[in-house]
Amino acid sequence: MTTAIQNVGTYLERFTEFQSRTRIEHLPWLHRLREDAFARFCATGFPTTHDEDWRFTNVAPIARTQFVLPPIGAVQISGADLQPWRMEEAAVELVFIDGQFAPELSMLDNAQRSIFVSGLEETLVKHPEQLEPHLGRYLDIRRDPFSALNTAFADDGAFVHVGRGAILEKPIHLLFVSRAYSVPTMIHPRNLLLFEEESQATVIEEYVSLGSSTMLCNSATELIAGDSATASHYMIEREHTEAFNISTLQIQQHRSANVASHSLLLGGGLVRNNVHPVLAGEGGECLISGLFIGDGGQHLDNYMYVEHASPHCSSRQFYNGILDGRAHGVFHGRIVVHKAAQKTDAKQTNRNLLLSDDAQIDTKPQLEIYADDVKCTHGATIGQIDADALFYLQSRGIDEMSARRILLLAFSGECLERMKPGPARDHAERLIRGHLLSIASRSPGQNDVSHGEPVAERSWEEVG
Amino acid sequence: MSLLEIRNLHVAIGGDEILKGIDLRVNPGEVHSIMGPNGSGKSTLAQVLSRREAYKVTEGEVRFNGKDLLVMKPEEAACEGVFMAFQYPVEIPGIGNTYFLRSALNAIRKYHGDDEVDAIDFLPMFREKLKLLEMDEKLMNRSVNEGFSGGEKKRNEILQMAVLEPKLAILDETDSGLDIDALRIVAKGVNAMRSPDRAMLVVTHYQRLLNHIVPDFVHVLVDGRIVRSGGPNLALELEEKGYGWIEGEARQAVSVSGY
Ligand SMILES: Nc1ncnc2c1ncn2[C@@H]1O[C@H](COP(=O)(O)OP(=O)(O)OP(=O)(O)O)[C@@H](O)[C@H]1O
Ligand SMILES: [Mg+2]
Repeated sequence: MTTAIQNVGTYLERFTEFQSRTRIEHLPWLHRLREDAFARFCATGFPTTHDEDWRFTNVAPIARTQFVLPPIGAVQISGADLQPWRMEEAAVELVFIDGQFAPELSMLDNAQRSIFVSGLEETLVKHPEQLEPHLGRYLDIRRDPFSALNTAFADDGAFVHVGRGAILEKPIHLLFVSRAYSVPTMIHPRNLLLFEEESQATVIEEYVSLGSSTMLCNSATELIAGDSATASHYMIEREHTEAFNISTLQIQQHRSANVASHSLLLGGGLVRNNVHPVLAGEGGECLISGLFIGDGGQHLDNYMYVEHASPHCSSRQFYNGILDGRAHGVFHGRIVVHKAAQKTDAKQTNRNLLLSDDAQIDTKPQLEIYADDVKCTHGATIGQIDADALFYLQSRGIDEMSARRILLLAFSGECLERMKPGPARDHAERLIRGHLLSIASRSPGQNDVSHGEPVAERSWEEVG
Repeated sequence: MSLLEIRNLHVAIGGDEILKGIDLRVNPGEVHSIMGPNGSGKSTLAQVLSRREAYKVTEGEVRFNGKDLLVMKPEEAACEGVFMAFQYPVEIPGIGNTYFLRSALNAIRKYHGDDEVDAIDFLPMFREKLKLLEMDEKLMNRSVNEGFSGGEKKRNEILQMAVLEPKLAILDETDSGLDIDALRIVAKGVNAMRSPDRAMLVVTHYQRLLNHIVPDFVHVLVDGRIVRSGGPNLALELEEKGYGWIEGEARQAVSVSGY
């Protein structure tokens, strides 16, 4: 269970401050949503490791930090500052500075009338009727205190509306940039991604830092995929290692909708990545794929909660982890098959490479099946870089560092291959290549596996 | 100067001494065969020469092309011209064969200060070698050795050797597990590589391969020592009498040293 928050006073102060400065006061439904969420958060407080869903991730460092809201007002950032993070191939690029939409830094093109992209706050001001039916309707603030906290402080983020039958080839890039401050800051980006019937688009959420200071980025995204819609979502975490990053992707899938969620966790100090698809309509397909690469003291937690609520749906979870240094990875994959969800086909695979003796992975499957005609499988492996493969590459003239990098790339390649070819995948591949270069160049440590024996690999596979 | 000069080589793994004083000289252009019963240390010798770290050299010296081979990392030895065709080639999922082989070739070229070969220039040369080994190009789109049959793996080793053009090729039981047709193809590939400035060390258990790749010298390795050296006829003699004969002899004459 959770404990009462240590500094409830601080959060109450922040919430009062937030309410006094928000631009949107004229929406009673939103007011209520926030009030209820805040009350919920105060009632539960932050989770502890006694909470089953948080067993492997201790958020005490977040709970005991006093965060303030970042200052609002003129954003003093030039386009040049953002150059390293920009994505040339994007159809639309929304930039958020400390969670606030910065139209002057964004590349917006709403010429295509079937697709509308804007800041959430701006839309709340101009077209609240578009948001009211969806905002906060899917995210479960009872299950997760961070979701409640996000909802309490929700005011800006992205609103993406892909109209019926609209098809967007190039991705929509949502770039969240946080700046450094002398005091710990918190932001709560809130996104609503609405895919109407038979539409198709790709949205990339990317979190980066300008400078380094203690901060909490607690984002929540509601993605609604209408009948037969095809939605691709990318979550890319590249913040500095002082950052706490909690993200929740809540997916609501209607009939025959096809959703792919790709997570790429490279940065952040303490990271929790929640993906919660609800297969609400018949014949839905969901791919939940991810790659987490940690070193130093990074803690990367992937919490999947796949809910099969309708018959004939399939879900595939594939998560690969690479952990070096003292990094701690978590994969917690929960699959719930409701009574009505006959003919469910759910699969879950988690593969991990530990590059150092101090790196750690906790992997935990959890199946709750209430229907009788279902196919659920899950499996996990934990291993090291294959010493035989490494030697094989070296014996052909490839230096050790490159050989390690090639092997890590091959392992990561499993995740890349699940992405549809195109700019989003190219972007992900570039980031992974760059990141692995630094990991591979490190000394292999005491990790030499003596020849002859197969590399120690624990694995399990079950069929339920 | 010999290409390879091994002097009093002692090698241990996990504290057990496996090679107990090997002496061997190999000149450019020569083909030497190393024969011996299971567990006699043939693969150990091959692995040490290709610089597998787990094998600890406790005594002795190996010079390759005048340089101290034993201080080299595996990739340096490879770049200097040592190539081992593995007895058990490794499968590497996720890495394409062609990409792997071109990376290897370019690593070696870079070592020698030569320009890298791009995909377009690589292909014609690569295709020619594929033809020599009678290999299907489609196989090359797959990951390294993944899902290859035993014979395909062995042919892939020789293909790599043909592309990388080493100075010293060590074939570790390249014949084992091959049917006669595959054996002929492999032998054809190897024979095509024979040249006055390339040497080969052909490790085998049986005489069969040596009908196709005729060695200049044959050495018999028993319990970590070369107990007898001779010409190609020694292989035939072994085939006829079996290793028991020579093992018995070896027990009496302890200090027979190699050629
Ligand atoms: N990694 C290892 N750890 C422990 N012992 C090993 C290892 N590799 C080889 N050995 C031992 O060293 C000895 C020689 O092995 P090696 O593989 O060199 O023999 P070989 O002549 O190649 O045999 P084969 O004909 O079966 O291929 C054997 O007793 C073997 O058990
Ligand atoms: Mg052997």
